[in-house]
Amino acid sequence: MDTSTPWGAALNFFVGDIIKIFVLLVVIIFAVSLLRTFFPPEKVRDRLAKLPRFVAHILAALLGIITPFCSCSAVPLFLGFVEAGIPLGVTFSFLVASPMINEVALVMLLGLFGWQIALLYIGLGLVIAIVSGLVLGKLKVEPLLQDFVLKNIGKAPPMATIRQTWGDRASFAWGYTLDILRKVSLWVVLGVGLGAWIHGYVPQDLLAQWAGRSNPFAVPIAVLIGIPLYSNAAGVLPLVAALTEKGVAMGTALAFMMAVTALSFPEFMILRKVMKVKLVAIFASVVGIGIILVGYVFNALLR
Amino acid sequence: MLIEILGSGCPNCAKLAAHAQEAATKLGIEATVKKVTDFGEIAARGVMSTPGFAVDGRLLSTGRVLTVDQVLRLLKGE
Repeated sequence: MDTSTPWGAALNFFVGDIIKIFVLLVVIIFAVSLLRTFFPPEKVRDRLAKLPRFVAHILAALLGIITPFCSCSAVPLFLGFVEAGIPLGVTFSFLVASPMINEVALVMLLGLFGWQIALLYIGLGLVIAIVSGLVLGKLKVEPLLQDFVLKNIGKAPPMATIRQTWGDRASFAWGYTLDILRKVSLWVVLGVGLGAWIHGYVPQDLLAQWAGRSNPFAVPIAVLIGIPLYSNAAGVLPLVAALTEKGVAMGTALAFMMAVTALSFPEFMILRKVMKVKLVAIFASVVGIGIILVGYVFNALLR
Repeated sequence: MLIEILGSGCPNCAKLAAHAQEAATKLGIEATVKKVTDFGEIAARGVMSTPGFAVDGRLLSTGRVLTVDQVLRLLKGE
């Protein structure tokens, strides 16, 4: 294919990325969901409760990576942790890492940016989750939980464990993989398509002037734009990838991706059921500030 | 027999409820499928990943949409 014309370049980019991403989606989501059948949150919680505080923060963030998370399960997870007497800060470390470092974002990063950026994203995501949790733990925000949560702290319900065969695990993992594929396929194709168009037709460095490293406001603005885009992480990341080629600084792009995955209005609305508005705001601010700082540090370091 | 689906009413919970109903019909058991949507109660029952699946008050599965076959196996195992 002639990749010297804009059309050829765009088409080449599109086909290559689509194939790569769909292969990665199937392989990685299957592997992660198979792994996660070994770490049900009920078991994770019981382990965390026995650990020293700082270690618990680190493990909570790590476990957040492989533990299933969707905004509709955030509340039972949160209640299960807090009511088992797990410190609120540790619970927050988990709550930040779980949506931010998820398998779909990981696949998109691997396919579009390569493993270095994917690892960087995981590492920084873990740091933000651990530090945000430590900060929120120090702030003594327990009184800002909803009253019914406060009443039940320390009253852990019996742990629910269910025995599973390898067949059960594999069928769960495969079902989950198909489910995710159904949900994200259209967004992936649209996102990569638009990304390919940008790749082929938008002039190089068009955005350098506004979103390059020299603009100090680019990072916070990118984070603010990222908040409402949660449900479309699969569609948004290909655009970000294409835009980094056109002059958007890498730190700004990373901060944007983290905001897309970790901060979302639907999640805030759901957390509202267990926290007072003030605590949701504090939570979002602490995580948001962490993401912005990471963006700045990266723009300063990555050249 | 009382089959309970514990979850906030997300699409997965509805799917599991439908599977449970179908399995019960297949076995020819008289079963009531009840959705438990109160967060306080879901947590109090020890469910952290929804949907939870309980038969006659005993929690048998959490965090997954069981297939009709899997529900059949669980119901027979009772």
